[in-house]
Order: sequence, then C-alpha cells, then structure tokens
Amino acid sequence: MDRNDIESKMKELLVEELGLDEDKITMSATFEEDLEVDSLGVVELLMALEDNFGVQIPDEEAESLVTVGEAVDLVEKKLNA
Amino acid sequence: MSKVALVTGASRGIGRAIALRLAADGYSVGVNYASSAAKAEEVVAEIVAAGGSAVAIRADVADADEVNAMFATISEELGSVTVLVNNAGITDDGLLLRMNADQWDRVIATNLRSVYLCTKAALRGMIRAKGGRIISVSSVSGISGNPGQANYAASKAGVIGFTKSTAKEVGSRGITVNAVAPGFIATDMTDALGEEVTEAATHQISLGRLGSPEEVASVVGYLASDEASYITGQTIVVDGGLAL
Repeated sequence: MDRNDIESKMKELLVEELGLDEDKITMSATFEEDLEVDSLGVVELLMALEDNFGVQIPDEEAESLVTVGEAVDLVEKKLNA
Repeated sequence: MSKVALVTGASRGIGRAIALRLAADGYSVGVNYASSAAKAEEVVAEIVAAGGSAVAIRADVADADEVNAMFATISEELGSVTVLVNNAGITDDGLLLRMNADQWDRVIATNLRSVYLCTKAALRGMIRAKGGRIISVSSVSGISGNPGQANYAASKAGVIGFTKSTAKEVGSRGITVNAVAPGFIATDMTDALGEEVTEAATHQISLGRLGSPEEVASVVGYLASDEASYITGQTIVVDGGLAL
C-alpha cells in the first residue's frame, strides 16, 4: 500500500467513522481545531485505523498526533515496520 | 435496529429475572453464565417457549480473552449488543481482619474487573452505532457499607464510580451508563445469609419485606428503554426503603 492509498483510506475512514466533511480533510488539517474531533473521536479513529490497516498503535504514539498527515505518517511507518 | 441484550451472570437470581424481563420487552438475549450451564439453558428455554430469542454463553467475565470471545459469539449469533447488563457478582464475606487477599481479589475481579472488561467490549459497537445502554448492578452495600463485606462493598462502590466516569466519557455518543443498587432481594445470595440476618434486615426495610428479583429487573428494563433516554451516570436504589 503506497502513501496515496493510505491517504485516501484515511479520508474515507474520517468521513465514514467520524462523520467529517470530506472537503475539510486536508493533510495539514488538525484533528482538534480544524476538524473538531474530540478525544473520544481520536480513539474511534485509532480503532478504525487498527482494524482497517491491521496495525497496532500504542497510546503513547497516538498522543502526539495533531494533523491528518501525521496520522498518515504513523500508519505508513507501521506498515513498513 | 435489532435489540440485543447481554446479561452477565444470568443463570439465576437477579440476572435471570433481568434476562426474562428484557426478552419480554423484545430483546434477543445473551444469557451469560460461569458454571451453571443447566440453569442458563433453562432460562433460554423459558425465553424461547415464550416466543423470544436467546442463547446461553459461558464465559468467566473476569477473564479478558473469555469476555472478548463471548462478545464475538453473541455478535455472530444475535447481532451487536445494544444493551449490556453487568450483573455477574459473587460474595466471599468475612471480617476484614480475617479476610485473606484471595477473598479480596476474587470478589473485586468478578464484580468490578468484569464490569470494566464487558463495558469496554460492548462500547466499540455502541460508539459505532451512536447509541446503547450500559446498566450495572451495584448494591446498597456499596453505598452504606456492610460489616463482613469490605471486599464486596468496595467492588460495588467501584461500580458506581465506574458508572459516573464512563457516563461522562460516552455521553456525547448517545450512550447512557447507569447502575441499580438493590437492597435485600430474595436470591441464593441472601439465602446464604441465614434466617437470623434476613429477619433482622427485614426490620430495617421500610416496606417490611425482601424484594423480588423481578422488582430489580423492572428498573433495569426501564433504564434500558427509550423512556430512560435522559438518565445517565445514575445509581437507582431498589431497596424497599432500607437505606433511608
């Protein structure tokens, strides 16, 4: 899976699982401020990422996620690990 | 949406009454049990005979793997759980000075760790569905304390704190989390107390009698229903006026 695939899957999950507006989702958008995702929403996203990409994301790594692009980076890193 | 309820410790006592009540209210019911397979099958048979749907599922609710396997099974056989009733509980009484660490650990594991494990497992589906009901059975012992029950009372007070915290965490997803705190209810658990204790307790109860499991189940049925949509984080005491 290359980066473009991860990005498009990430967008799809944000729309489907968190009900976000697709037009607002950019790689530089921040979860908390730009997308108004609350802490439980971030947990929901993590669960969806783990289920869909088959990766494990420990809480300490998840805590530092601020933007959508960083989440893509993290999934990419996990898939290549 | 299909209505699926999972009741832990549902082979007898209050759990059994809750399973029968929710089945009568139209839920497909997962009847969890730890060791009383025959009793659990009787509950299932009674539900099916009345035209309802139920399956018996064995799991030690204090064991994470068994809890996850139970949720996988119920999800496959009945669908995603929309109402979880954390009812499974044990007592292992003794004055604190004589209570060993095993007695403490076993009661806390079965009565409190189970609530954490089962609620966590149920919430995944409920958050996705943006709705659901978690109802845990606490006890007046957890509110007022009871000599000889430091372990049990601590576990049941723990359920109340857990209920409040979880209610705050998942309220934004339309999920309510509540507890019921029964007083003296006529079950095997209170039978074990002996006539003398029961007799003495009855004098403390405003209504002058023990409660029935069905009288607890009706409150659980209400909390599970749409009627209770604006109640969360609460502990409803069902004790006939004992703890006044």
